[in-house]
Amino acid sequence: MIHKPNKTMKTKLTVLAFVAAASAVLAAPQKFDFKDPKGINNAGFKLDAPLESINGSASGVYGTVTFDPENPGATKGKITVATASLIVPNPLQRQHMLGDKWLDAARFPTIVFEAKEFQNVQTAGDTTTADVTGTFTLKGLSKELTVPVKLTYLKDKLGERVPGQKGDLLVIRSNFTIKRSDFNINPGQFEDKVSDAIEINLSIAGASPK
Amino acid sequence: MKRILRVIAVILVVGAIAFWAAAGANRGWTKTRIPKKIVDEVTGLEGIQWQNKFVPGVDFLGAALLGGGILAGISIFVPTKSK
Repeated sequence: MIHKPNKTMKTKLTVLAFVAAASAVLAAPQKFDFKDPKGINNAGFKLDAPLESINGSASGVYGTVTFDPENPGATKGKITVATASLIVPNPLQRQHMLGDKWLDAARFPTIVFEAKEFQNVQTAGDTTTADVTGTFTLKGLSKELTVPVKLTYLKDKLGERVPGQKGDLLVIRSNFTIKRSDFNINPGQFEDKVSDAIEINLSIAGASPK
Repeated sequence: MKRILRVIAVILVVGAIAFWAAAGANRGWTKTRIPKKIVDEVTGLEGIQWQNKFVPGVDFLGAALLGGGILAGISIFVPTKSK
């Protein structure tokens, strides 16, 4: 004997299905776009050699990161820095830095970090710290790196930053060091003036409009 | 002529040192841009805004000293006006 569901039952099932679907959508990972309309996003760099200290920054930062507030450890994404956006205070130094003997910006226009795996994930409130393993590509050479990151999820804060828009923000901060010799940038040369170690300081915010 | 060259050399060197000192006595290379920190109030992120500004460095000072030295050197070979 088959019971036909009555009208009340049908309504309840429809509501349950809707709630389940809405929950699935709300819990889904969000995609954050890191092209910053305010121009704050930057990657700073410092080379501290015995004879000279070089400080600069890059503003041409873009990329996307998929972040799930319920599961920050599943974060994936790719952040790109336009090589030509690297700036140092001295114009001749900048010309050399972007030239074919150093970064060769014409042939290698981007510097990329692609996050693949999060480890040692610790979340407290809206902030997550983790060690991220990913592929860092500089001057055409890719190397696997593990770097510490701090993610801050700012729910419904997009409107405060970009008036007229609704959505969430994701702030990423990371400080790590690479060696230019690992990326075939004049290895072993001029180390008294241009240190082998390059300290990188990434401070970026991405938006996920609703 | 000898005297004029020497006066120009002194003015060049003294002027360059005064300009370098007044601009902050930068012991690094000459800068044409300087970074200015800006803070985003919503995210707390610190950004860098580059402003166009000429800040003479040791290369500027060196060029001025070299120029002054060359002028003073040339003045040695300029014959003194006979009375």
